[in-house]
Amino acid sequence: MSDASHASVVWRGTAASVALLVIFLAAWQWGPGLLRIPPFIIPPLSMVAEEAVRMWHVSALATHTGITAAEVLAGFILGSLLGAFIGYLIGMSPTAELALSPYILALQIAPKVAFAPLFILWMGFTVYPKILVAILIVFFPVMVNVLTAIRTVDPDLINLARAFKATRAQIFWKIEFPASLPPLFAGLRIGSTLAVVGVVVGELVGGNMGLGYLLSFGEGQANTAMVFVAILMLTLVGGIAYLLVILIEQRVLHYLPKRAMSGF
Amino acid sequence: MSDVIRLEYRDVTMRFAQGAGHLTAVQGVSIAVRDGDVVSLIGPSGCGKSTLLNIGSGLTAPSEGQAFVDGERVEGPNAHVAFMLQKDLLLPWRTVIENVMFGVEIQGVAPAERRRRAQALLENLKLADFAGHYPHQLSGGMRQRVALARTLAVDPTVLLLDEPFSAVDAQTRMVLQRELAQTLKRAGKTALLITHDLIEAVTLSDRVLVMSRRPGRIIDEIAIDIPDRDDPLKRRTHPRVTEYVNRLMDRLDIGAPEAA
Ligand SMILES: Nc1ncnc2c1ncn2[C@@H]1O[C@H](COP(=O)(O)OP(=O)(O)OP(=O)(O)O)[C@@H](O)[C@H]1O
Ligand SMILES: [Mg+2]
Repeated sequence: MSDASHASVVWRGTAASVALLVIFLAAWQWGPGLLRIPPFIIPPLSMVAEEAVRMWHVSALATHTGITAAEVLAGFILGSLLGAFIGYLIGMSPTAELALSPYILALQIAPKVAFAPLFILWMGFTVYPKILVAILIVFFPVMVNVLTAIRTVDPDLINLARAFKATRAQIFWKIEFPASLPPLFAGLRIGSTLAVVGVVVGELVGGNMGLGYLLSFGEGQANTAMVFVAILMLTLVGGIAYLLVILIEQRVLHYLPKRAMSGF
Repeated sequence: MSDVIRLEYRDVTMRFAQGAGHLTAVQGVSIAVRDGDVVSLIGPSGCGKSTLLNIGSGLTAPSEGQAFVDGERVEGPNAHVAFMLQKDLLLPWRTVIENVMFGVEIQGVAPAERRRRAQALLENLKLADFAGHYPHQLSGGMRQRVALARTLAVDPTVLLLDEPFSAVDAQTRMVLQRELAQTLKRAGKTALLITHDLIEAVTLSDRVLVMSRRPGRIIDEIAIDIPDRDDPLKRRTHPRVTEYVNRLMDRLDIGAPEAA
């Protein structure tokens, strides 16, 4: 594709996106009224916006969002580090793989969010159980992607390095590690969105902070607009986390052909 | 060219475990390549050519017999040999020049010297303008030339080449063949070239060895008596080429009904 035609595709795509957004917002604002859907089922846009302002002043929306964002960040970073570390370890050591794989498989099958009540029993209504659920849920996609990447490195590449008398450490740092980065980032992208899920479930289950708490509080008050605001803020937090991963990815994987990388 | 033997296989047999028993890939192969010679190895698919290359480069140990490079018994990877495969094996996250420096970097050559060598090779192979490009920005032929530069950068005495040009188009292949021939001649390198292209075998080599079906043995050896080993394009037009190719086809049973 030429640069010019690529540019025009980008322009048309962006224009269509913006148009869709406008239509969606308009439908949200006036659709419920026209279809006679009561505001406690779907509050129109303006009502949600008003609620957001109210919550900002009265319900410490910013603080709750900040707490959730911090938990997401902590859970995501720790879960990714742990997932990557175990992925590399198992990828490089068949013994570790044999020893650990049944447990990892069992843990992978177990629904991670079901651990939330348990963690709260252990750690109380603090931020820690939420971070822990996030760690657990982020761990798997990152670990699996790293492991698959290490396993699928072209053996001829390893042989090439071996023929130059590379040490095991050189093979790792010069071949396996860089080769694992694209799948690692694919895992991080998934992990960044899952971290939000983990944290929200933790907050829903117990405690009085974070957007998950506002979610259940709003539900208890039958305040649909409040629930909508919490959902929007959660999406925002997840979106920012995802965007951060993509920004780092574009710096690290700058050598990949441009069109191989996109926002998704 | 001297009479020093640079690469030698002495009665090499290779068996692979297969199911309960084993599969004999190569059987009692002896090859000796003198300094500066280019020897081609041809044979049916699966007859053990690549296996011999792996043994020569020290990546696999033979079941029986020994390989020698530069008079030393091959007991593992060593700096005297370097190989090049059909796949270019370029690292996508390294630029062209960084790829060329890959081997010397592993071998611990000082950074300034690495760069000097890589630069010189890129000049020779007409890649100097692409030093900062990434592999995905290059054509298949250029990538293969980068792979050749990486192989030469470690300054091996013996090059093992496994179908190095079989993945590039016919015209690029001819250009690459000439570049390889000139480089080998200029640097006085010894090479073992595995190929399925009979004309390539004849035009690039001093000798051609023919292997049998598995278990692979050497069944014929043809000395190529045509001048200009450094100019395969010129050699191509020599009348004796057809004669050699016919003999090779004959030895390989190409054209015989059961070989199809
Ligand atoms: N690591 C291995 N384990 C088991 N069998 C192997 C191994 N490597 C090669 N073989 C077997 O040895 C035989 C020779 O393989 P090799 O790759 O050397 O053939 P080749 O002559 O290079 O073939 P081609 O022309 O198709 O490249 C084949 O039957 C192959 O299946
Ligand atoms: Mg082969």
